[in-house]
Amino acid sequence: MKRAFPVLAIVTAVLLSWGLYQALVVAPTEQTMGDVQRIFYYHVPSAWTAFVLFFVNLIASIIYLASRNAKADALAVAAAEVGVVFCTVVLVTGPIWARPVWGIWWTWDLRLTLTLVLWLIYVSYLMLRRFSTSGQTPLIAAVLAVFGALDVPLVYFSIWFFRTQHPQPVIGGGGSIDPRMLHALLINWLAFSCFATLVCWSRYRLEILRREIDETQALEALLEGGVSGGRR
Amino acid sequence: MSAASLTLATLAKDLRLEWRSKDAINAMLFFALLVVVIFSFSFDPTAEESRHIAGGLVWVAFLFAAVVALNQTWARELRNQVLDAYRVSPAPANALFLAKVLGNFVFVSVLEALMTPLFVVFYNLRALGPAYQLPIVAALGTWALVVNGTFFAAMSLRTRSREIMLPLLLFPISIPALVAMVEATNSILTGEYSARFWVVLLAAYDVLFTMASLFLFETVLHAE
Amino acid sequence: MNAYLYSAYAATWIIHIFYLGVLARRYARLRKEIEELKRK
Repeated sequence: MKRAFPVLAIVTAVLLSWGLYQALVVAPTEQTMGDVQRIFYYHVPSAWTAFVLFFVNLIASIIYLASRNAKADALAVAAAEVGVVFCTVVLVTGPIWARPVWGIWWTWDLRLTLTLVLWLIYVSYLMLRRFSTSGQTPLIAAVLAVFGALDVPLVYFSIWFFRTQHPQPVIGGGGSIDPRMLHALLINWLAFSCFATLVCWSRYRLEILRREIDETQALEALLEGGVSGGRR
Repeated sequence: MSAASLTLATLAKDLRLEWRSKDAINAMLFFALLVVVIFSFSFDPTAEESRHIAGGLVWVAFLFAAVVALNQTWARELRNQVLDAYRVSPAPANALFLAKVLGNFVFVSVLEALMTPLFVVFYNLRALGPAYQLPIVAALGTWALVVNGTFFAAMSLRTRSREIMLPLLLFPISIPALVAMVEATNSILTGEYSARFWVVLLAAYDVLFTMASLFLFETVLHAE
Repeated sequence: MNAYLYSAYAATWIIHIFYLGVLARRYARLRKEIEELKRK
């Protein structure tokens, strides 16, 4: 298991470099938007990766609720944090793309709004974890994660219908895609997925280490208290 | 004591205590009035424009007033160690939860009933669409805020800055319900669209989160 | 036009590197605590 990390790191570096090359050089220039459209190759894979990470958080939270497995909880935290990072990337690259192409920084279109709401839900999840003083924080956080996940389809439908009633420009467009563009997109998605796995794994190991140290420190304090108490 | 009679007994007790002291309701009332007045100074549209944005204004005002109500939901229980009693007793915790939600529903509905005439006056509101739908939207929307709010208030009990934690948790998850409430109200006031989709969405939201809260309340109670 | 393209790519990596930096700092702090525990 330990050997896998450096191997994956090298693979990720290679994929990211290749993806960058594909995105900036190999992929054809888009007709209407020009070179700015290449932001697409970073914007979309980041969104997909964020959604996958949030899904991992949901599964880990459910496992924790069912089994109280501490490792599941550690994975939940890691997935949520890295998911928020990727989500932030989506929310930053979206407006940077929108501004030169459509003249506006933001539009409440379905995809961007959904991403923003997801970001808000998971940031609130992280805040709960940080601010909670209960000894059972993982449990409460897991419950919140389930509520957040249940909310997602409702968010989707509410924004979808809102947009149907009040139409506005769609960032990212739709329609068919040139196969070379699809190729570049998929390579970047693979690269970012590997990158996300690496970061999530690191965060997970950090969490496990943190807990081991906390337990050791607690044990130390207990033993010391016992010794000095006995002497009296 | 059956679950239903426990719920009703707790609800009756809460309402009676509140009626006697009028602690929370006075604060909420004054706060609600302040919100309406401040909004009137901040947004001063003509009668025609106001119909398009009134839904948003009204529901944001109700949302803030509801948060004031929700923050004190469990205060009495915390003070008197009632939650510990529930943890060790065989009484179904859901009965307590439902009583709290119903109590909050009553409080917030009373607030809304008192604030609505003020809004109508300050914004010269008149419904161009089917006005009878407004109480339905109000009831569904209020339930959506109150059921999640009461649940998150319980989750926030052991957190630093408890009062700010509640809205931080509640607002993102309430977004679909808020969009639905606002859009439904706007479509009824302007008469331009049918509110049906939004009412169905609100109903679905209410059912889903009421079930989720009832299912997970016991877990949260024992986690505190 | 290309300024937007490059700033988007740069922003992406700045955000990722920032987070990796946060993780690295937390690791360093944990390693220090491990040293202190080992000394005891």
